[in-house]
Formats: sequence, structure tokens, C-alpha cells
Amino acid sequence: MAKYIIRRLLSLIPTMFIIITLSFFLIRVAPGGPFSGEKGLPEQVQQNLLKKYHMDEPLFRQYLRYFGDVLIGNFGPSLRYKESSVNELIAQGFPNSIILGTVALALATFAGICVGILSALKQNRWQDYSAMSLAVIGISVPLFVIGPVLQLVFAMNLKWLPVSGWIFSRAGLKTLILPALTLAFPYFAYIARLSRASILEVLRSDYVRTARSKGLSEGIVIRRHVLKGALLPIVSYLGPAFAGIITGSIVVESIFFIPGIGKIFVQSALNRDYPLIMGEVIVYSLFLVTMNFLVDVLYGFLDPRIAYK
Amino acid sequence: MTDDVILQVKDLKTYFKLDEGLLKAVDGVSFDIKKGRTLGIVGESGSGKSVTNLAIMKLIPSPPGWIAGGEVLLHGKDILKMSDTEIREIRGNKISMIFQDPMTCLNPFLRISTQMIETIVLHQGLDKKAAKDKAIEMLKLAGIPAPEKRIDQYPHQFSGGMRQRVMIAMALSCNPEILIADEPTTALDVTIQAQILELINELSERLGTAVILITHSLGVVAGMCDEICVMYAGRIVEKANADQIFGEPKHPYTMGLIKSVPRLDKTTKERLYSIPGQPPNVINLPDCCPFFPRCEYAKDICKQKYPPVSGISTGRSVACWLYGGGN
Repeated sequence: MAKYIIRRLLSLIPTMFIIITLSFFLIRVAPGGPFSGEKGLPEQVQQNLLKKYHMDEPLFRQYLRYFGDVLIGNFGPSLRYKESSVNELIAQGFPNSIILGTVALALATFAGICVGILSALKQNRWQDYSAMSLAVIGISVPLFVIGPVLQLVFAMNLKWLPVSGWIFSRAGLKTLILPALTLAFPYFAYIARLSRASILEVLRSDYVRTARSKGLSEGIVIRRHVLKGALLPIVSYLGPAFAGIITGSIVVESIFFIPGIGKIFVQSALNRDYPLIMGEVIVYSLFLVTMNFLVDVLYGFLDPRIAYK
Repeated sequence: MTDDVILQVKDLKTYFKLDEGLLKAVDGVSFDIKKGRTLGIVGESGSGKSVTNLAIMKLIPSPPGWIAGGEVLLHGKDILKMSDTEIREIRGNKISMIFQDPMTCLNPFLRISTQMIETIVLHQGLDKKAAKDKAIEMLKLAGIPAPEKRIDQYPHQFSGGMRQRVMIAMALSCNPEILIADEPTTALDVTIQAQILELINELSERLGTAVILITHSLGVVAGMCDEICVMYAGRIVEKANADQIFGEPKHPYTMGLIKSVPRLDKTTKERLYSIPGQPPNVINLPDCCPFFPRCEYAKDICKQKYPPVSGISTGRSVACWLYGGGN
């Protein structure tokens, strides 16, 4: 097991190398640049700016320079937000997105699994139909509809929760509830459908029939014999989902005015803010591969048939 | 004689509602199980053997299936009328089951110890420590080498034959009165098959357990069973003791089955006999003898009405128009 973990960790190095190299060159291929705004700077100013950020050097040299900086953990200056470095921008936004994402995914997982179990056990009865209808709504209605509707009902009409803001404001943790619910909804829907299908499959399996034939109560059959096998697919879904929920929260962050990384992510791409894009790509990929790695390790503990060598 | 009867199945009917129509998987099956005896149920795939035994345990997946009628009397008490709590007292305790495919019948995520101990703790009220000792003892009886070590392993660390031994050990761990073995050897190698049958025979004799052996192989029942029921299209067509079935089969279907067993003492190079035609589709079956299209003795009446069950001698009956209308 230890050997497997070390080998997996080492394999992260080439993965990250390829990601950094590919993204570096790919974003340069896209037309336009950080200083080609609609106003059109004077030629001399542009030249000076390029020189300042070493962008007048040959591309490969820029790449080597950038790579060297990344190795010591320096993502360089932002070309658009001139008063902050990329490190500062990410350090400001990322933790907020992680908090929101973690709460939302925890909510989605817990509720999704509970509803999935209920649906599977009451298959083709009204409980199942209503839960699965809710799931279809969750998957098909976009976040920019769900968010404002929740704001309208719980903040404007009922006045239970603040319309927007973030946990450091006076409203505190209450500000977390609506955005987390909004962000959780589609993930909840997906997890509910996934766990329902998976539990139904296990319920029909031979080993569950064996468990029943031994006289075990239905509760023990479900808890001990069904859930463990049925929830494995959800564990493997959670890794990429966690990475996705954190970077994909742009809509929710905009609706609820949350200072997360999602907004900077989209803005940096539109602005051709090369160092900022690169910084975010690196942090995001690192996060994604780490999550996948953790899921694989977790799998080894949950499924005895998998032996890591 | 009747004192020995543990379980009586009377006119058991189990139907399934499918999109294509009503499937009468089991349609009026009756038999008795006597203490310490072995009953064989023989039939083709789809003849209702497995469903009969799942119905005895009330394990029919519902929907789409349900028990449409009949009684299953365990010491005179009808299992089919029992509450879920009462029936759970019987499952794994008084009646236990082993299944066809040992590869999929053990939970791959749980250790053998967990799976064995939970049954023993549930039915015998032992604490976990004592239950584990009992489980190890059962594994030893079932011929698992080094059971103290093996018990903490997972199913995937066992071969198919070994897993079936584990299933047998688990099924017998609460000293059930009846062991239902549903094609216990079908998924195994021929050499392992013989060992497993031998094991079931030996353990049931030692523990005084009655066995219902479900199989499609006459060869398997020949060596093991005291009484044999031959099933066709959801009903028992012939019931007799083993010597009678093999010595003088009455029903044309039984005759066909026996003729199609390969024999070592035949020297001629003729092709192995097979019953012509296909087993019937039991969905929306009309009220005729379902075997008549394949029967060489078929008469007009066979196409019109299902033959009544005629008792030939004690414990022997056959459902065929050749043997009169119920005389």
C-alpha cells in the first residue's frame, strides 16, 4: 500500500509537467494578448509593457523562465490586477471557493444518498417518483434560475436569510446557506440518481438474496450487505465532483457576491491574463489529480478485492 | 410415518405478472419432506424448481411475483401465513439455502467471519467470540483447511469449490432441519461437483438434516436422493422413490429423461437420445398437458385437459392420461 501511494505521488510529477507545458503554449496560440484592449495603446507603451513582463523574449525562453518561477512557487504578477500577484489573488479567492464547495458537496452527498436509498427501497411508488422528479429538476434547471428563486423566497419574502454577502460580513455563517443549497442542487440530483440505480442493482444481487435467506432483518441487510457495495460508484464520482464544484461555482459566486476563485477564473481567460490563467490552471489541476488520487486510495480500503501493489 | 414429516408443501402456486402475460412458474406443487431424508427435484431450466423453493422461504421477488395459493406447513404451521418477523426466525435457522453460483452468493465486501457470525449470533444467541468458534468448527467440518486463518479472509480469496464449502458451512451452522440446495454443483468442475455432493450427503447425515436437492441432472439425484419429484412446466409430473424412478419410470417425460442419460454399459455407437422439441413457454399456458407436443404416447385428451394426479402406490404418483383419469 505504501509503495503504491509513493508511486502514485511520483506519477503526479510528469502529469503536472505535461499540464503546465501544454497550457502555457495553448493559451499563447489563442489570438489577442493581454494588452490588445479595445482602446489600443500607443505602440511605444505596448513595447514597454511587453518588455516589463519579459514578453518580448522568444517564447521558449519565456517558458523556461516561467517554469523556473513555478518551481519555487511563484506564479508571477497579474497583468490585469496590477496591484496584486497571482499568488495573492488565488490565496484570496480559493479558500472561499473551497469553503462553499465543501459545504455544498457535503450537503449534496448526504441528501443525495438518503434520497437515493429511499427511492430504491420504494421503487415505483410515490416516494420514488417524487424524489426522481426532484432530481430531474435539479439536473435540468440552471443555477441562475435556482439561485434567484431561493433568494426571492427565503431572503426577500420570508426574510430568514441574507440575500447575498459572505461569511466574513455581519450576517456570518447564514450567508453560506443559500449559495451552498443552490450549488448543491444539481450535484444532489446526480448523486440521488446514481445511488438509486446502484442500490437497485445490489438489491437484486445473489449475495443479498443469501443475506435474506439467512433470516437477517431488512435493516441489517440494507446497512451491512447493500450499502457498502452500492456506494462505491459514488465515492469515485466524488473526486472529480469536488474539483468541479469548486471551480464551477462562478454562477453562484456572481449571484451571491462571493469573493471566490470562479469569477477570477473566467475574467482571466477573457483578459488573456496569462500568468493568472496559468496559476489557476495549475492549482485546479493539482486539486483534481489529488482528489482522484485520494479516491483511488479510499477505494482500496472500501473494496477488499482491490489489492495495491 | 407421518410423525417424521417436517415440511408439507400443499398445492403451492407462484405466479409472476410480466409484460408478456401471466407466468405460472409454479402451479399446484405438493410434496412432503421427512426428517433426515433427501428429496430430489429434477427438471429442465424454467420448470419451476427454484421458484418452488424460494416460495417455501417466502423469498419470491415481489413485484412481479407472488404466491397465488397453497400451504407450506412446517410442523403443521403455515409459513406463508407468518409475519415477516416469524419467517425470519425460520430462514437460516430451521430452513437454510445454498445456491447455484458460489462466486456471486457471498458478499464480496465482507469477511467470511462477518457473514458466518451474523447468522449464528442472530439465531443461536451466542456472543461473537463463541459464534466465531462455532463458525470455525463448521468450516472445518466442511473441509476448509486452516479455518482459523481462512475465516478472516474475503470471498475472492477462495476458489469456487471452497466458496461452496463456505456456503454449506454457513447454511448448516444453525443446525437447520432442512437444507435447500438449489443446483449446488452446476457452476463447479465435475471433480469438485462430486466432492460437494459427498459433503452435503455426509454433513446432512451427521447433523440429521433433511435435504431438498434441486438439480437438472438425473445423475446427481440418482446417487443422493431417497425420493424424487420430476417437474415440468411448473408442476410435478411424477413423484416416486429413487429406485422406482430409475427402475420403472411411468411418465413419458421421466422415461425420456432417463433415456437421455449417457451410459457406460452401452456399446453401440448410436446417438445419445434427446427428447424432441423444446420446453413449453409457460406464459399463458392453456389447460392441456404441457408435454403433449413432445410426447410419443400423446392422445386426444392430452390436448384438451391437464391430466389429474393418479396415485399408483404409497408415495408414488404420476400426472398422465396414460394412467387413467385419476383411478
